Amino acid sequence: MIAKPAIPDVLREPGPGIGKPLSRVDGPLKVTGQARYAAEFNVPGLVHGYIVSSTITKGRITRIDTAAALRRPGVLHVFTHENRPHVAWFDRKWKDEDAPSGSPFRPLYDDRIVHAMQPVALVVAETFEAAREGARLVQVEYEAEPHETDLAARRHEAFTPGKEKGGFEPPPKPRGDPDRALAEAAVKVDVEYVQPTEHHNPMEMHGSTVVYNDDGTLTVHDKTQGAPNSHSWVCSVFGLSKSAVRVISPFVGGAFGSGLRPQHQLFMAVMAALQLKRSVRVELSRPQMFTFGHRPPTIQRVALGAAPDGTLQAMIHEAVQESSQFENYVEIVVNWSGQQYRCDNVRLDYKLARLDVFTPLDMRAPGAATGVPAIEMAMDELAHALRMDPVELRLRNYTDRDPNQDKPFSSKELRACFAQGAERFGWSRRNPQPRSMREGRQLIGWGVASGVWDAMQGQADARATLGIDGHLVVASATADIGTGTYTVMSQIAAGTLGLPIGNVTFKLGDSALPMAPIEGGSWTVSSVGSAVLAACERVRGRLYKLAAKMEGAPLGKAKPADMVLTDGHVALAADPARRVPIAEVMRSGGVLAIEEEARSVPYYVKRAQHTLATHSAVFAEVRVDEDLGTVQVSRIVSAVAAGRIINPKTAGSQVMGGVVMGIGMALEEETFMDHGLGRYMNHDLAEYHVPVNADIGSIDVIFVDEHDEVVNPLGAKGVGEIGIVGVPAAIANAVFHATGVRVRELPITLDKVLAGLSRRSAA
Amino acid sequence: MRAFSYSRAESVADALKGVVGHGETKVVAGGTNLLDLMKADVMRPTRLVDITRLPLNRIEETAEGGLRLGALVTNADTAHDERVRSRYPMLSRAILAGASAQLRNMATNGGNLLQRTRCYYFYDTGTPCNKREPGSGCGAIGGVNRIHAILGASEHCIATHPSDMCVALAALAAEIRVTGPRGERTIPFEAFHRLPGDAPQIDTNLAPDEIVTAIDLPARGFAAHSTYLKVRDRQSYAFALVSVAAALEIEDGKVTAARLALGGVAHKPWRDQAAEEALVGRPADAGSFAVAAEAVLRDARGFGHNDFKIDLARRAILRALQDAAASETP
Repeated sequence: MIAKPAIPDVLREPGPGIGKPLSRVDGPLKVTGQARYAAEFNVPGLVHGYIVSSTITKGRITRIDTAAALRRPGVLHVFTHENRPHVAWFDRKWKDEDAPSGSPFRPLYDDRIVHAMQPVALVVAETFEAAREGARLVQVEYEAEPHETDLAARRHEAFTPGKEKGGFEPPPKPRGDPDRALAEAAVKVDVEYVQPTEHHNPMEMHGSTVVYNDDGTLTVHDKTQGAPNSHSWVCSVFGLSKSAVRVISPFVGGAFGSGLRPQHQLFMAVMAALQLKRSVRVELSRPQMFTFGHRPPTIQRVALGAAPDGTLQAMIHEAVQESSQFENYVEIVVNWSGQQYRCDNVRLDYKLARLDVFTPLDMRAPGAATGVPAIEMAMDELAHALRMDPVELRLRNYTDRDPNQDKPFSSKELRACFAQGAERFGWSRRNPQPRSMREGRQLIGWGVASGVWDAMQGQADARATLGIDGHLVVASATADIGTGTYTVMSQIAAGTLGLPIGNVTFKLGDSALPMAPIEGGSWTVSSVGSAVLAACERVRGRLYKLAAKMEGAPLGKAKPADMVLTDGHVALAADPARRVPIAEVMRSGGVLAIEEEARSVPYYVKRAQHTLATHSAVFAEVRVDEDLGTVQVSRIVSAVAAGRIINPKTAGSQVMGGVVMGIGMALEEETFMDHGLGRYMNHDLAEYHVPVNADIGSIDVIFVDEHDEVVNPLGAKGVGEIGIVGVPAAIANAVFHATGVRVRELPITLDKVLAGLSRRSAA
Repeated sequence: MRAFSYSRAESVADALKGVVGHGETKVVAGGTNLLDLMKADVMRPTRLVDITRLPLNRIEETAEGGLRLGALVTNADTAHDERVRSRYPMLSRAILAGASAQLRNMATNGGNLLQRTRCYYFYDTGTPCNKREPGSGCGAIGGVNRIHAILGASEHCIATHPSDMCVALAALAAEIRVTGPRGERTIPFEAFHRLPGDAPQIDTNLAPDEIVTAIDLPARGFAAHSTYLKVRDRQSYAFALVSVAAALEIEDGKVTAARLALGGVAHKPWRDQAAEEALVGRPADAGSFAVAAEAVLRDARGFGHNDFKIDLARRAILRALQDAAASETP
């Protein structure tokens, strides 16, 4: 039984250690190879599964012949839709925490093929090699049906989605008369932006090792952003009791959203383990990593009208985005535009088009990384048309209230982001004229864009156990996908209880631990951090009570309110020299350990009265080869306002990683679809390009001071997404400044730059 | 991946014995390409003969004043060899423009010659590909072909050769030394790789029962005026969209000898001797170089996504020749 929260509506004073640039507590395990990932857990008798992928994109399986595979020495079993064990029937049984509305995909459910490389069989064998060869020997015949995978072909058949998913907010109603205001505006831009399909491509491929225990229960090592999510999904799909399954995921080798939903390998490995009563591992191949979700391609129109002084008079932002035939994946793409700028005539519109692909899946800053680059490129185009500095244009239309909701922001230090970012970058030296800077054959350009992301919070639990030896164990079922969860939770706990960080162990990634939501959307510090704080505060309260009752009254008549925890002691706040070691307090109270569990819930009322968001201003310098069209990003300054920063080092690394991913989004990342085949073609890391070290110049991250009493008791907003959001537009705008060429289709590859340069010199 | 047998050859004769009469046998050295292709079920040898122990791992002077690069010398050791760096800087640069440091440490010179295309369709057994499955069709024609050939392609295949090293070797007019049951022979670099024609499944003119033993570099290394320019979608670990090996000899501002080879544009490293000869006697300036670029690309043809490569190649040739003309030291 978890006690209800007793969180007063105040921001806590930061404990010691909060705000310190601590190195990752899990770093040594990772760099020495001791951190074990889902597909690295070995048990005696483990067998291996390999997934057979369909060769058609749409249709049905007419025949599936497993005889040759079964004859292959070492092959134990081949699962297909014809012989799979019983699984749940109702759609709701297949839902997970991140599922949108619709009918979730069910592997091996029937003969229908609904997307390219759909799993059609699982070959289980004594060795991985035998399973892979067995997979090749499975013969599948299909009856193909016509498919459509091209968004452009379906954009005019798009529909307006409803709520579809928790956390999704449909666009607000139009304000004023945007079409008329646009027609009448003195200066305008009306352009279309296109963004491609992207895949998450974490370094670690999705794997699940399912250990079949002697008592028939399962211990599942899964790559996931939420062990509880995988746990409840497995129990629901296979009709198992909660106690029959435990999901463990202590380390995740990157995810970027790919682990927010249970993936094929989890289903396959659990199914095989239950049926064969053996421990089974299934890991996806790199091409199979392109079969379960992606950032959807999007076509956007942005029209802006302004008065000669830059005041926005009209804003139209319309997006058409890909979804699958079976689920309505949605993300917030266009709302940001109406939230970022003051404008009386606004229409925001968001539509989905159904295509024969797998359902898209949240990928870092889902929606914002798509919509914000469009509005921020359009603002740059408008600034150029107005002959106005692009920072000045943004400040001219700055808003301290969210115009979409007509609510104040809980905090918004975006002005300071612009000011500090511009100062660090040297923006005041910018010549507004495109092609005004060069070094030899390199054209140099400077661009700016802002970024925004929600400061969300979910409900989460944490348990804190303080031993008389002074060691504190804090636990919550959350995940660390490389973001620093282990480290910042340890810091929050150590700070709250006045302990050295080395005395704290944080446990996560285990469905048996206190409940936590999936790790995503930048809400883990906010959600789980608040629970850790609450649990540790309860422990602290118990210590104070024990101290107050101590024999001999070493702290006099002090009440708990007069005490502080510092350096392993309970001390008087007014006179810290008067103090008692924690161990002595516990001994005197006759306890060996103090254990407390707490649930944190958001400040629903105050949150409902505000809009909560992180903001950033990103400044980019690019060098464009005039002859060859290649673009190199030589400098990025990202100034971020995200409330209190628990750990500037791990938070800085997250923003830096976001910048790198933003460089990829701007210049490199794109999954090529062969629309004839309906199949992604560059499905490996040789041909799907993400930035390499040589692509990355200097990245400077600034955290702007921001005080927020609404977001949560920590005052921290989370930084997982904000790092990427402003980057693509800042780079695109810098490319324009360097070359005079506006590329409106990401990624900005050299062919698009060259085409623009050729058009320019022809004109 | 299919089951295969493995043996290790202790001598060249031993290796040849292993290869002869076994159609599905492949020799393996660094394995950086072959093993990947086997895992992807693209290449399906039933036997592998490991030749890494053969004494083909030295770089030696030739009687003609050139260098002999052993087939088993790694790409990294070749690129960093002081003789190669000083006498054939274009080759060193080309090697270092390829793959990654880790791959170059494993990959051998012989293997580099024999690496296979990076065409998406070749790698994906769920799609048609005449190179992988003769007669199944070419997926890239009418499909995704951003990285494909603009020169020398056929209706059966528009794949490109992925090597950087080979582009420099083509420009240097290297010779490939091979040995087989019919004895040793030398293949001029130009004649080593093939155009796809109607048999794109055959990449080279190396007979199935022969192995590469060395690459001979002629004495002339164009050390004073040469460069390797690689244009790609990112700064490292990406195959060339277009690359250019350009080498000149210049006297009194006039070109006295020229070499020009392109990578990323054809089924083989694309050397154009007519364009080279046309440069000789002309001033080493942008005007001459532009004429050469036009000559190289006169028959270029795009397939949609890769149309841009024609303009890019023209720009890259011009740039590389200018850089080569300007360079005194690598």
